[in-house]
Formats: sequence, structure tokens, C-alpha cells
Amino acid sequence: MLYMLVMAIYLGFELISKVPTVLHTPLMSGANAISGVVIIGAILLVRQSASNDYLSLGLGFLGIVLGMINVVGGHAVTNRMLEMFKKK
Amino acid sequence: MQAIVNISYLISVILLIRGLRRLSHPSTARNGNMIAALGMGLAIVASMVAPIEGGDNNYVLIIIALALGTIIGLVMSKRVEMTAMPELVSLFNGLGGACAVSISMVELYNYQNAMAMGETIPIADHITTQMAMFVGSVAFTGSVIAYGKLAGKIRDWKIPASSVVNIVLLIIILGMITYRVIMPDDSFILPLVIMTISLVYGVTFVQPIGGADMPVVISLLNALTGVAAALAGIVYGNQMMLIGGILVGSSGTILTVLMCDAMNRSLLNVIIGGFGGSSGGGAQQGDQVVKEATMNDVAIMLRYSDNVMVVPGYGMAVAQAQKAIKELDNLLTENGVNVNYAIHPVAGRMPGHMNVLLAEADVPYPKLLDLEEANEALNETNVTLVVGANDVVNPAALDDPSSPIYGMPILEILRGQNVIVMKRSMNAGYAGIQNPLFFHEKTRMLFGDAKQTILGLIEEVKSLG
Repeated sequence: MLYMLVMAIYLGFELISKVPTVLHTPLMSGANAISGVVIIGAILLVRQSASNDYLSLGLGFLGIVLGMINVVGGHAVTNRMLEMFKKK
Repeated sequence: MQAIVNISYLISVILLIRGLRRLSHPSTARNGNMIAALGMGLAIVASMVAPIEGGDNNYVLIIIALALGTIIGLVMSKRVEMTAMPELVSLFNGLGGACAVSISMVELYNYQNAMAMGETIPIADHITTQMAMFVGSVAFTGSVIAYGKLAGKIRDWKIPASSVVNIVLLIIILGMITYRVIMPDDSFILPLVIMTISLVYGVTFVQPIGGADMPVVISLLNALTGVAAALAGIVYGNQMMLIGGILVGSSGTILTVLMCDAMNRSLLNVIIGGFGGSSGGGAQQGDQVVKEATMNDVAIMLRYSDNVMVVPGYGMAVAQAQKAIKELDNLLTENGVNVNYAIHPVAGRMPGHMNVLLAEADVPYPKLLDLEEANEALNETNVTLVVGANDVVNPAALDDPSSPIYGMPILEILRGQNVIVMKRSMNAGYAGIQNPLFFHEKTRMLFGDAKQTILGLIEEVKSLG
């Protein structure tokens, strides 16, 4: 796990070291959509819960909805922005 | 099955990395976003079929939640005006943080039940779950405040001694988390208290930061949500979440650092609030007067220039003047005037804000010059039009060591021959710093709403024939 952590941090820094100003917004909003990956935790949580464990199901449900808005909305908005850059 | 799931996660990670990589180049960016989205989709499917121990799967509930989130996300992203982009991005970011909070609270609740049954929870689990909850909470309320500020729903008010309040809150939170780790008991009150204080901390952390510092805060909050996701990934032992979260955390950090560099300030300085907090500074302009220009003067100057430079700022976004500017640009270009745009890295309220708006108005991207190119081109510029920008063109940054923004790289528009500043009033800029540019002999002011002013200029230029 620690190995993965260090690799991922290194990779993140290497990937984004030089970005033109035009792409700051799309990159940020694209990365923002990726941070919705936390939704996987919410999905696993709901799957692992008993069907009468209303607290877990309720908060898990909320988590999935919020995470999905983050993922779908984030990618859709990024795409909209990039569509504008394309027509030049 | 587990093997297939693992391979799917691996492919997803590769897609995310590839997507991010492509997102950082103009020609491949759109494709990069698609690839990253594909990676996320695959990861979600994999988490649906991954073998789990116990539990009732509850697929119906999950699918309803996924559908609901998809619909809300799509509707929000389609409806938003391009000018409202910064606030929407912050709002989405906050939701990711909230998701991390809700799952880590459930996890903490499960720990409590397990402890009541006499089980011991490893210390590492206590630490990571609480940290995920803490970081997620800060990202959540911080982003909501940032959203409110950008949407104009929350005013900039100062929390008295905000840096002291923040440090005290931070110490309390970390102290409580440490206490919970060392002395775990089966009471659930402490985690609830920690969550509440963390949510409050998000508010007090972001509230004092405003104006030109907004791009820094937004990218910082983005990085925090990534870190919260990564911590939650450790809690669940899920490498997909860990890597995805860390990628966002590190790319967000880089963007934050880029923004800070663009202002020549340290991150700590931004967080403690040097800008908004410092009053005064800068030479007193007391009895100096500004010179106003008429529309007609400016139209003539523009029409008979060789090179015109437009310097957009937040005022352009507020007035939604980008399309009018493009129209003026077209008109001048027809008359043989060369029009370019000087984009300061922190102009606006979000990294790259001006680029997005001008792209919306169909301004070709090679016309947008970055700081260095623009300063070079300004030597040859006849007329510079400042549309709602202030601090990024403040010459005090170059020559007035007492100014709070001294040392910040700016667009040196006084290199050109004439400067026209469009402004709503003579109020100081967002940072509250007086701008000697307005009193400079090369400068003429055009007061009024930027969009109306530019539309007026278009008419004047047309009437010149």
C-alpha cells in the first residue's frame, strides 16, 4: 500500500508538471471529476450492508448520489468547456 | 472473479493516468477527458461486481442512486452558464468531499459497534478513517463557501482574528482525533463532535480568503477532495480509490503551486490571508485625479492603431462582456488592426477563467498571450484595453515595496503607448489596493458597465466608416 502511495504521488507530479494556462480550468475540473472515485467506497459500503441497516444504507445512498453528481457532472462540464476550445 | 475485478481496476487506473496526461495538452484534452470518464465508468462497474464478504448487495438501491446522481449531474452541467463555471466546479468538488464524509462516518459507526462487541480496531484504521472524515469535511464546507462567494451569495466578511481561530480549531480537531486513536471507547459522541468542528473549520478556513486568491483556494480544495478520496481508499483497502485520489491530490497541489507562483506568494501567505487582511499599503494617491476619455476618442484611437491588446479580468466575467469584445475584435480586424489578448495566470476567479470565457466567445486560442508573450508584445502595442482587470496590471507590484502585491509578476501595460481602463467606478480593486495605473499620464478611464461600454465603442468605430 505504501509502495502504491509513493508511486501514485510521484506519477501525479510527473504528469502535470507543465500545463498551458488555457488548460488550467479543464484540467482542474477533469481532476475534480476523478476525485469522485470515492463513490467506489460508497458502492462497496452499500453492498456490504445488511438490507435492514438503515443508517448505512441511507448514508451510503447519499454518498453514491453525491459522488455520481461529482463524477458525471465533472466530466460533462469539462467536455463542454473543451468543446469550445476545439472550434478554432 | 477477484482477478477480473483487479484487472479492471488496473485498466481503470491506466485510463485515468492516460486521460490526465492527455488533458494537459490542448490538442488531446477532449479525448483525455473521455478516456478518464471511461476509466471511472469501468471502475464503478468493477466495484459493483467485486466479490464481497457478507452484506445483501442492495443492487436496486445502488442503481437508483447512480441514476439519480447521473441525472442531477448532467442537468446541472448542461444548464450552467459559462460565466458560472467556477462556482459549479467548486460545488461538484464539495459533493465529492461530502461523499467521503458520509462513508467514513458509517465506517466509524461500524467501528463503534465492533468495539462494543469487544473487538479491537487497529490504530491505523482509526487514524485513516478519521483523517478521511476530517479532510472530506473541510473540502465539503470549504467548497460550499467558495461556491457561495463566487455565486455572490456569500459576502466577504471578516472573521475576527481568523488566523488564530483557524489554528485553534485545527489543534482541537487534531487533538481530538489523537485522543480517539489512543483511547477509543464505544461512544459515538466524539466522532460526531470532530465532524462538526471539521465542518466549521472548512468555513473559517475559506471565508477570510477572497478576491484574487480565489483560484488558489479552488485548486487547493480540489486537491483536498483527492486526498480525502485516497484516505477513504486506504480505509477500504481499495487501490483504485487510493490511486485516483492521489492523482487528483498531487495534480491539484501542482496547480495550487502554479497559482501561488503567478502571484509570487507562498501558499501559507494566501491561507493566512495577506491579501484580504492587509489594509493600507501602497502610496497614498490622495489628491491625484484621473483623466476620463470619451467613447469617440477611444474609438478613433482603436480604429487607427496597428496593435491593440485586450487585458480581461473578473470585471469582464461579471459584465458578460466577452462576446461584445469578440465583436469589437472582428470589427477592428476588418480594419486592419491586430488585436491580441493578454491573459494573466490569476485573472478571474478560477485557474484559466479568462481562457474559458474567451473560448466561449470564439476568440481563437493563438490570440491569447500568456504573461511573458504579452509583456513582449506590449512593447509594440498602441492601445491597451483593460476590461475589468485591476490587481494584475497594478504597477505598484513592480516599484512600490510597501504595496501588499509588491513582487507579483504583472502585465506591464505601461510598456505600450496608451492605456484605456474600463471600470465601473473608482473603488479600489478586490484586494483593496490603490492602483497607480489609473493616475498615470498614459491612462484614460472609461467608466461604466464593461459590456455597455464596448457595445458603445463598436457603434462609434462603425460610425467612423
